[in-house]
Amino acid sequence: MPPMGTGGFLRWAWRQLTSMRTALILLFALAVASIPGSILPQRGTNPLLVDEWIAEQPTLGPIMDSLGFFDVYGAPWFAAIYLLLFISLIGCVLPRVGVHWKALRSQPPAAPRHLNRMSEFTEQQVSIPPVELIDEQAERLRRGRWRVRTGSTEDAVWLSAEKGYLRETGNLVFHLALVLVLIAVAVGGLFGWRGNVIVKEGSGFSNTLTQYDAWGGGRLATADTIPPFAFTLDDFAVEFERSEAQRGSPRLFEATVDLQREPAGPVVRESIEVNFPISIAGTKVFLVGHGYAPSFIVRDSTGAVVLDDDIVFLPQDGNFTSTGVIKVPDSSPQLGFQGIFLPTSALDDIRGPHSAFPDADDPSVFLSAWEGDLGLDSGVPQSIYSLETEQMEQIGLRALIPGQAWEFPGGEIEFTGWQRWASFQIAFDPGKEAALAASILAMVGLTVSLFTRRRRLWVKARPAASGSSLVEVAGLAKSEAGDVAEDVAQVRSSLNEDERRDRP
Amino acid sequence: MTTGTGGMALAEASNAFIYATMLTLTIAMVFFAASFASGRRPSTAKVAAQASAAGTGSDSGPIAVLDRPDGSSSLDAGRRLANIGMSLTWLATGLLTIALVLRGLWAGRVPWGNMYEFSISSAWGVLVVFLAMSLRRDLRWLGLFVVIPALLTLGLSVTVLYTEAAQLVPALKSYWLVIHVSAAIVCAGAFTVAASSAGLSLVQSRREASGRVWGGPMASMPSAERLQTFTSRIIAFAFPVWTFSVIAGAIWAENAWGRYWGWDPKETWAFITWVVYAAYLHARSTAGWRGNKASWIAIVGLVTFLINYFGVNIFVNSLHSYAGL
Repeated sequence: MPPMGTGGFLRWAWRQLTSMRTALILLFALAVASIPGSILPQRGTNPLLVDEWIAEQPTLGPIMDSLGFFDVYGAPWFAAIYLLLFISLIGCVLPRVGVHWKALRSQPPAAPRHLNRMSEFTEQQVSIPPVELIDEQAERLRRGRWRVRTGSTEDAVWLSAEKGYLRETGNLVFHLALVLVLIAVAVGGLFGWRGNVIVKEGSGFSNTLTQYDAWGGGRLATADTIPPFAFTLDDFAVEFERSEAQRGSPRLFEATVDLQREPAGPVVRESIEVNFPISIAGTKVFLVGHGYAPSFIVRDSTGAVVLDDDIVFLPQDGNFTSTGVIKVPDSSPQLGFQGIFLPTSALDDIRGPHSAFPDADDPSVFLSAWEGDLGLDSGVPQSIYSLETEQMEQIGLRALIPGQAWEFPGGEIEFTGWQRWASFQIAFDPGKEAALAASILAMVGLTVSLFTRRRRLWVKARPAASGSSLVEVAGLAKSEAGDVAEDVAQVRSSLNEDERRDRP
Repeated sequence: MTTGTGGMALAEASNAFIYATMLTLTIAMVFFAASFASGRRPSTAKVAAQASAAGTGSDSGPIAVLDRPDGSSSLDAGRRLANIGMSLTWLATGLLTIALVLRGLWAGRVPWGNMYEFSISSAWGVLVVFLAMSLRRDLRWLGLFVVIPALLTLGLSVTVLYTEAAQLVPALKSYWLVIHVSAAIVCAGAFTVAASSAGLSLVQSRREASGRVWGGPMASMPSAERLQTFTSRIIAFAFPVWTFSVIAGAIWAENAWGRYWGWDPKETWAFITWVVYAAYLHARSTAGWRGNKASWIAIVGLVTFLINYFGVNIFVNSLHSYAGL
C-alpha cells in the first residue's frame, strides 16, 4: 500500500518507478506495444494501405485510427511507455553513478570475521610469518590490477582485494548512452526532413520544397536547411535476371545524373545506386525505386495536339504491371484515360492483362477512355494517379503497342513509346552521427560490462607455530558470471610456491 | 558465374555435402538420444566413490556435468554414446562448412543471398556456437537439444526453402551484408543454444520441485540452477553481438534507404528481440525473476527471433522481403 501524504506518496511512487521490477515490466510493455506496428499498415511507410484498411473496416478502422494504431511509433501511448522507461532508467542509473564514483575512490571493505561463510574458501598452513605473507600477497594482487587494502585485528593480519569495477562503469555508460541515443533520435526527428520525388529520364529536379512529390519535416525543420542543388536524370539503367533461377530478380539499378551542387557551380556527372547515395552538404540523395512512363500524344477532333507527354505509371507487382492516368483538360469535352502498362505483355483468364517480366521486352498499354468533366475546377485537390469518373462517361477500351494510335469519336490517342523514371529519397538528419556515436558507446559499455567479472578476495593470516601462518583464503563473486574459484586457486598456488621457495 | 558445367558441379557438390551433414547429424542425434535415455543416476555406492574421487567440494554434487571431469576412469555407457555423438557433430559441422564454402564458390559471393542460404548458415551457427562452448566445458548433456534444432533447420532448408544460387539483388550488394548477417548468424546459434538450455532448466526445475530425485533421463542433467547460469552466460555473450548486428543493420539502412531506423517490420522485430533479451538480463538480477521466469523470457526471445526470420520474410510485406524464398 502506498503511504499517506503527498511527500510520502511521491517518494513511494518514485521508488516504484525506478525499481528493477518496473523496468522489467516497461521493457515487456515496449516489446508488446511494438508488435501492432509490424502487423498493421503504418501511415509513415504506407499511407495508401492504411486508407484501404480503414475503408474495408468501416466500424473498427476509424476507432483504431483514433487510437493511433496506424502510427504506432508516434502514438502517445507508445511514447508514454518509452518515456517512462527512460525516466525509470535515469532514476535508477543516476544514483548508481554517485555510488560507483564513491566506490571507485574508496578502499575495498575490511575482511569479514568469518571467511568460511564465503562461496569459495580454503585454509592451509604456510611457513611464512603473517605480516610478510600478507604483504607479498598484496603486492602480487596489486600487480594483477586488484585494488587491495590491508589491515590487522588482534589475532590476524588480512588483506581485502576487489577487481572488476569496469563492470559497473560499463553498465552505467551503456544506460547513459541509451539516453544519448534517444536525444540524438529526437534531434533528428525535430530538425530533420525527408522528401520523395519521381524524376523521368531526361527531366530535371532542383532542390526546392515545391519540386517534391512528398516532403515531411520535423517540427523545427526549416526550408533553409535544404541545399540548393539540382540534377537532371540522364539515364536510368536496369538489368533483371534472365536465367531460370530467380528469373526477374533485379540485378542492377543505376541512375546517371548531371549534378549541380550549387546554383552557379559546375555540372558533374555522378551515379546514384542502391546502397551508394550521393551526399550534398549533409543532405543525401538515395535511389529508392523506379518504373515506367509511357509516352502519349492526344489530338482532338480537329487534329490539334492537346497532350504530348510521358506519363508516370506506378508499378503494381514485381513484373512492373503498372497503372496510371492520363488527364487531358485542354480538349473539349475533357478526356481522361485509365491505363495499364505492361513491359512484357501477357494475358490470361484469371489475371487478365499483366506483365510477365519486369523489363520492357514486349510493351503494350490497355486504355479505358472517358469523356466529360475531369472535375479539376472543383477546388478539391486530386491525385495525378486517379481519375474522378463521376461526371464522365466511358467511351471505349483498347490495347495499343508502341506506334499504334486509337481513333475515337472525340479524337485520337497515340502510344509513341516509353521512358523510365527513378524515384529518389532526399533526406537530412542532423542527429544521425550523434545517434551512431551514442550507439557505439552503448555497445562498448555493454560489452565491457558483460565481459568483466566483479569479485572480492580475502586473505587472512594468523600466526601459527614457529613463525608460520595459518592462512584462510576466501572469494565472493559479486556478479552473475563471476567465477571466483579461479582467483582463490591462484592465491593458493602462489602460497604453495612461496612455501617451496622458503624451504631450505 | 552460375552457368557452366564447373558451376553445376559445385552446386551438386554443395547439395551433396548438405545431405551428408544431415545424415551425420541424424546419426549423432540417435547416439545423443540413446545417451540421454540411459542417463540414470549411477548406484549410490558409485556416487559416493565418484564424489570422493572428484573431491571438488560440497556443492558440485556427484556429477559435475558443467565442468570437465578430471580424468575420471569409469566412463559409463551413456557417456560413451554421447562421446560418439560429439565426434559426429564435429564431423557434421565440418561437412556443413564445406557445403557453405562450395555454395559461396558457386554463387561467387558470400552464401547469404536468400533464405535457403541464411537457414543453412544459421544451422551452422547453432553447431559452431555449441562446439565452441564445448571446448571449455562438458556439454555432452546438451548435444541432443542442439542437434535437433540444427537438423530441423536443415530439413526445412532443403525441402521448403531451397533456391538455386544466383547473383545478389542490388539492395544486398554491400559489404554490410557480410558484417550485419554474420553477426545475426552467430546470434541465431547462441539464442538457439540458450533457449535449449533454458527449456531444459524448466523441465529440471519441475523435476527438482516434485521431489522425485531418482531416475529418468533428466537425472544426468545439470541442476536447474546450473542450467540457468549456463543460459545467462550465453545470452550475456549474444546480447552485445545482437546489439552490434542491429547497429550494423541501421548503418546499412541509412546507406540504402536514407534513414537508419524506419520501423520496417524487420527492424521492429529486431528491436522486440533486443528488448526481450534486455528484459532477460534485467530479470536475472531481479529478485523473484532469476529462475524459471527468466528461462521463459529466454525462450520468448528465441520465438521473437524466429518470428522475425520466418514470419516477416514470408508473411509480411517488408523492405527486407528481397530475402527471396
